Amino acid sequence: MPSALRKSKESAIHTGLFLCALLSVLTTAGIVWVLASESFHFFGEVSLTDYLFSARWTPLLEPRSFGVLPLLCGTLLVALGALLIAVPVGLATAIYLSEYASPAFRQIAKPVLEVLAGVPTIVYGYFALMFITPHVLQPLLPQTEIFNAASAAIVVGIMIIPTICSLCDDAFRAVPRSLREGAHALSATKLEVSTRVVLPAALSGVVAAVLLALARAIGETMAVTLAAGMTPKLTANPLESIQTMTAYIVQVSLGDTPAGTIEYQTIFAVGMTLFLITLGINLTAQRVLRRFREVYE
Amino acid sequence: MSVAPAQFEPRLQRRRRAGAVFSTACLVVTLTAMATLLILLAAVFWEGWPWLTRKFLANMPSVLSPEEAGMNSAIWGTFWLIGLTALFSIPTGVGAAIYLEEYARNNRITRFIKLNITNLAGVPSIVYGILGLALFVRWLHLDRSLISGALTMSLLILPVIIIASREALAAVPNSIREAAYALGASRWQMVRHHVLPAALPGMMTGVILALSRAIGETAPLIMIGALTYVAFTPGGSFFSEYPQTVAGVCDWLTTAVTDPFTAMPIQIYDWASRPQPEFHHLAAAGIIVLLAALMAMNAIAVALRAWQQRKAT
Repeated sequence: MPSALRKSKESAIHTGLFLCALLSVLTTAGIVWVLASESFHFFGEVSLTDYLFSARWTPLLEPRSFGVLPLLCGTLLVALGALLIAVPVGLATAIYLSEYASPAFRQIAKPVLEVLAGVPTIVYGYFALMFITPHVLQPLLPQTEIFNAASAAIVVGIMIIPTICSLCDDAFRAVPRSLREGAHALSATKLEVSTRVVLPAALSGVVAAVLLALARAIGETMAVTLAAGMTPKLTANPLESIQTMTAYIVQVSLGDTPAGTIEYQTIFAVGMTLFLITLGINLTAQRVLRRFREVYE
Repeated sequence: MSVAPAQFEPRLQRRRRAGAVFSTACLVVTLTAMATLLILLAAVFWEGWPWLTRKFLANMPSVLSPEEAGMNSAIWGTFWLIGLTALFSIPTGVGAAIYLEEYARNNRITRFIKLNITNLAGVPSIVYGILGLALFVRWLHLDRSLISGALTMSLLILPVIIIASREALAAVPNSIREAAYALGASRWQMVRHHVLPAALPGMMTGVILALSRAIGETAPLIMIGALTYVAFTPGGSFFSEYPQTVAGVCDWLTTAVTDPFTAMPIQIYDWASRPQPEFHHLAAAGIIVLLAALMAMNAIAVALRAWQQRKAT
């Protein structure tokens, strides 16, 4: 091949590949543009203070009110409930797998947890609605409503256990052997090595894992739509029906709200809120990993 | 030999007992987490297995009689959706990974792209649904069609594919690149003939796992307005409705990608959200089909990984 032709072919390929990589930047730009432009119309009619601080969310009923707090409350109730389950379980599992388990046990447990992570969220929603609520929660606590935040929190918790477990496991295994051996040489027991040497040394990884899991729990949609209900309210009672931000977006898009109306624009405003919260948490997690990582030779 | 001072008590027995309690507790928690999977599967199979009949696979959905309802259109919808998603997302995802690993200099633009991809992977799937709704359904007027769904899904799994492919490329030893250059290969020849074949099994594992995530995604499809009661498969039947020519095939394909569609998770969501218990059995049967599809894809990924490891040793 003549070298000029070869050179132009090479640079065409280079450009093509660059455009593929650029597509990801364009996706982000698209998300920001769509959310911002539609939210702009929304905030032209509803003031930001009303949106952020008013305590009622009834955009589809008269008299209308656009206070996002009830949705935020529902989202946090589910997400924090999920962390309450997933952090102890995920952490204990990760400690067991990295510090105690035999390689053979690891080889079985890791794929099982991977499958748990791969189960679609709609299946977890079904599990919450058809199993957790009628067969676990209602026999124990009879006042539980059919749709409730607790069942959603439990399944979202199960869903994010693998995330926490595998990220913490990675962090624990990155702690050098010499640290463990040093502690053992000072006659520390295995428990003391795990909780007073390995855990503090891997703390930045653990914190980042919890933050990433929190972002996932906040963005989780189908399980909470099916199991947690459609009644936005400010409550701390997990046995009541609530509504999360994601479930609200699904509710509107399933209905026949005409495009361009203020009701329709609410999904972009709520979507923007959701996007900013998860982005903030993800960026914080990356910062924690970068800033506070203990570096060992 | 010095004697330990009186106030120093190693309390060895107590500490060892605490250690034993702790390790047992951790084991129990680990086993409980693993058992959850079994409970979940048992609950689904208990409800759904008797309803999983040939009729269920062959019939179209029905609002009136749950006994006659099936998920034929949903199975085909998912099949088309994943096929088209693979067609869009694999070339661009692998291309982006090749650019970042093999071409890009470590400058500000590259670092920005990498940071951007990490953050995109953490964006909730429903936000991609909002993007798809505004961009493909409304702005490009693709309506609630298969192609809108596939494009939205492609954007959703693109970060996953890029990250997995980059890892596979980074695992290729540098000596292979240097050997190719030493024989006078250009950069693209080096990538095309030496690096890509070596990275391919790892890439395929990542790609299959990304696609199996797309199979189960529900929220973005609801956002772009996939329908629940679609009583036909995309494009209809090729053999009975179109001339058996090249033009006929093109015609069939264009009809298929612009048709409205449904998919397995959407159908399951609809059945599960109805109050009548018959529909809950249908939802469970649908979940079994969905999980079977996922298991099949995961099995392929695991087999590829095993094959790759055997080849490496």
